[in-house]
Amino acid sequence: MTEHPAAGSAGVTNVLLCGIGGQGVLTAAELLAHAAVDAGHDAKKTEVAGMAQRGGVVTSNLRFGPRVLAPAIPDGEADLLIGFEAAEALRWVGQLRPGGRAVVNGLRVKPPVVHQGLFDYPEDPIALIRQRGIDLRTVEARDIADSLGNHRLMNTVMLGAVADLLPLSAEDLRSRVVEVFRARKPALADLNGRAFDAGRAAVSRAPAPEPATATAN
Amino acid sequence: MNALTEIAIGSRTLFSGNEAVARAVWESGAAVATAYPGTPSTEILETLARYPDIRAQWSVNEKVSLEVAIGASLVGARAFCAMKHVGMNVAADALMSQALAGCHGGLVIAIADDVGLSSSQNEQDSRYWGRFAHLPMLEPADAQEAHAHTLAAFELSEQVGCPVLLRLTTRVCHVKTLVSVGERQAPPARGFIRDSRRWVMLPSNAKSMLPRQDERDATLTALADESDLTTLMDGIDRSVGIVSSGPAALSVREALPDTPLLKLGFTHPVPVERIRAFARTVDTLLVAEETEPLVEQALKAAGIDVHGKDVLPRHGELSVSVLRRGVARLRGEEPAHAPPAGPDPSVFPRPPTMCAGCPHLSPFYCLSKLRRAALIAGDIGCYTLGAGHPWQAMDTCTCMGASVTMAQGLAIARSGEDSKKSVVAVIGDSTFLHMGMQGLLDLVYNRANVTVMLLDNRTVGMTGGQEHPGTGFDIHGEEAPRVDFVALVKAMGVKPERVHSVDPYELPELFRLIRTETQIPEVSVIITNQPCVLTDRHVPRPALKVVEEDCTGCGGCIDTGCPAIQVTRRETTTTKSGKTKELAFARIDSAFCTGCNACVETCAPNAIVPLDPAAHPRLERV
Ligand code: SF4
Ligand code: SF4
Repeated sequence: MTEHPAAGSAGVTNVLLCGIGGQGVLTAAELLAHAAVDAGHDAKKTEVAGMAQRGGVVTSNLRFGPRVLAPAIPDGEADLLIGFEAAEALRWVGQLRPGGRAVVNGLRVKPPVVHQGLFDYPEDPIALIRQRGIDLRTVEARDIADSLGNHRLMNTVMLGAVADLLPLSAEDLRSRVVEVFRARKPALADLNGRAFDAGRAAVSRAPAPEPATATAN
Repeated sequence: MNALTEIAIGSRTLFSGNEAVARAVWESGAAVATAYPGTPSTEILETLARYPDIRAQWSVNEKVSLEVAIGASLVGARAFCAMKHVGMNVAADALMSQALAGCHGGLVIAIADDVGLSSSQNEQDSRYWGRFAHLPMLEPADAQEAHAHTLAAFELSEQVGCPVLLRLTTRVCHVKTLVSVGERQAPPARGFIRDSRRWVMLPSNAKSMLPRQDERDATLTALADESDLTTLMDGIDRSVGIVSSGPAALSVREALPDTPLLKLGFTHPVPVERIRAFARTVDTLLVAEETEPLVEQALKAAGIDVHGKDVLPRHGELSVSVLRRGVARLRGEEPAHAPPAGPDPSVFPRPPTMCAGCPHLSPFYCLSKLRRAALIAGDIGCYTLGAGHPWQAMDTCTCMGASVTMAQGLAIARSGEDSKKSVVAVIGDSTFLHMGMQGLLDLVYNRANVTVMLLDNRTVGMTGGQEHPGTGFDIHGEEAPRVDFVALVKAMGVKPERVHSVDPYELPELFRLIRTETQIPEVSVIITNQPCVLTDRHVPRPALKVVEEDCTGCGGCIDTGCPAIQVTRRETTTTKSGKTKELAFARIDSAFCTGCNACVETCAPNAIVPLDPAAHPRLERV
């Protein structure tokens, strides 16, 4: 049997989500994957399980397009980085392609090894990302979630924040989010819709990225 | 209504490789599916448990699960068993002999390799089992293929009359992609065929099976060479041709779309003649395999000129970037650009932590305080994190159950300074039932002096909270007989006065008990009895706080390792004797604190109190 598939992974969008175990990174990736499939794309989404979920580093790779081959995003080829925590975004920002964009939650979570005095948390991770000349948008997703009364809404706020940066319909993504919650936790469906809208509005109001002070890479 | 059986036949659904394997097992009409949880394979059985008309169950270990599946096959049913790579080391005794006898109903064994070691103690390549046991091995590249290969594996198993191995890797198990599903076949109506010369592996019977195994090897070689699970993906650049399998093959295609690729789906026996024919169509042949040079060596032995591990790494994932660099090396070119490889190393590490209020915190806090007076043998589970900061209270960890047994070795052979130390073994409930029980029996029988800490959190925590015989529930959440750990260890011969069941949140009591028992030269077993905080069995209590004015910055509470305890500021002071001292002032994040109470006694100035005194009268201080 011989196959002649479309060459390479032309037209594939690579989304790298990163954060900390327990933040809902995987749920957000799952929702985006479903939205991509609903829009008629082929998709591959990785899941990180095991030890990483215990407060450790969590990443998820979502790739969608006409045909997706490799499961993982090749080094330095992410189109969009969704950072659920500021230092985690700094950790992974090098995976963006030149011209790639980042949407980062301003939340900072120091791990026990920092509290124990073994390592330092960077003074301002967001500034360090900006210094690299990245097209960066920030959103205070935790504050927005708290203001809506439930810090667990944070990942929906993040989805709202990236909704206009993906080659997917923001409205369809929103319906998908609401629909999933309507099926699982009906009481939270409308609230998640509001969280999505709040994230979408907040990120569009964020200051435009400062002119690059360093050349890309 | 069952969401899984309602999926329209032929429609495409987003499934992980594990979910796709489960679906195909169900479609194959299998009657029995067994497993012991292990990353990255756990979700196969968890998914199967949601399908009707198939008996899915957790086993206490992989050997047991394989033997249950073998029994089901011998009575004519189709049977399935899943495990992580190291699980096959445990099940190998059954595998190696049953491979000779073969099977009756289709028997498929999924082995999931943790390429890149995200959650394992080694990175062994399970493809060796095919060669070692003379069994066919199929290797899917993604979830859609996992579905197809699983269906094919059942057919092949009945066609050839032997178990079929399905080799998965993390990037198959945990990658979701679109899968089109089919209908469930009616289970075959067959019965047990009495044939003691085949099923009773007496030496004489086993010996008579050997020539039949040779014949089977020949049949399998022919089948592998012809298999349509192996596909040629052509390319116009014939300077290099690549042989690959699994997810690595998809990365090859993405990295080098113009390079001819022979993607193996039936990987043992290695389809040598098919590859030889492919080799003739290209100038240079390269094997890209995760992780050992198994196919490469088979080809070299067959006289085929091939490259492989001379240009590609011997461990870890063969990602697109790794492959591009490898092929550049093969062509004698400088890689076009060295892309950033992975995370920024300048950012602090964020290792996994134990949870706030985890019942393992206080045992490790106590052990960290007895650190210099003890040798501590650890085991596999969340509690292996006790080897890290801030406790650093574990000296060894090798494999399931090895805490108790290695502790015995440490205890009976130590000399010199080590003789003055106590020997402690730390093991979890599920690990104890998996492979620790025999070790304890041996410890008692050989009268060694070890204190065994049995951390019973009533779940398989590390893999996400599965049931086992110590939880009192089965895979469906139905009530099941629950083992009584105290009675069990007493029955093994541990003296009743040396067996203690304690609440780990009562830290001072736990500390006293560990100190006392480690000083008595007999086998003792200390069982902690609070459940994992991530399970429904855990009942959170009102949160605590640090009274800022009372905190002296001693840092005592930080040594518990509870992630709800945070440092607000650091200071350096000079003590009366003129020494400088580092101070760390603490706060408790009430959003995370489970009110477990374990940190209260670590604070000398009694600065840790209930957030809301009325809600927590038990902790009220005067
Ligand atoms: S009581 Fe103390 S140890 Fe327990 S969860 Fe709260 S802060 Fe952590
Ligand atoms: S143990 Fe008590 S005094 Fe010491 S740092 Fe913690 S809260 Fe402060």
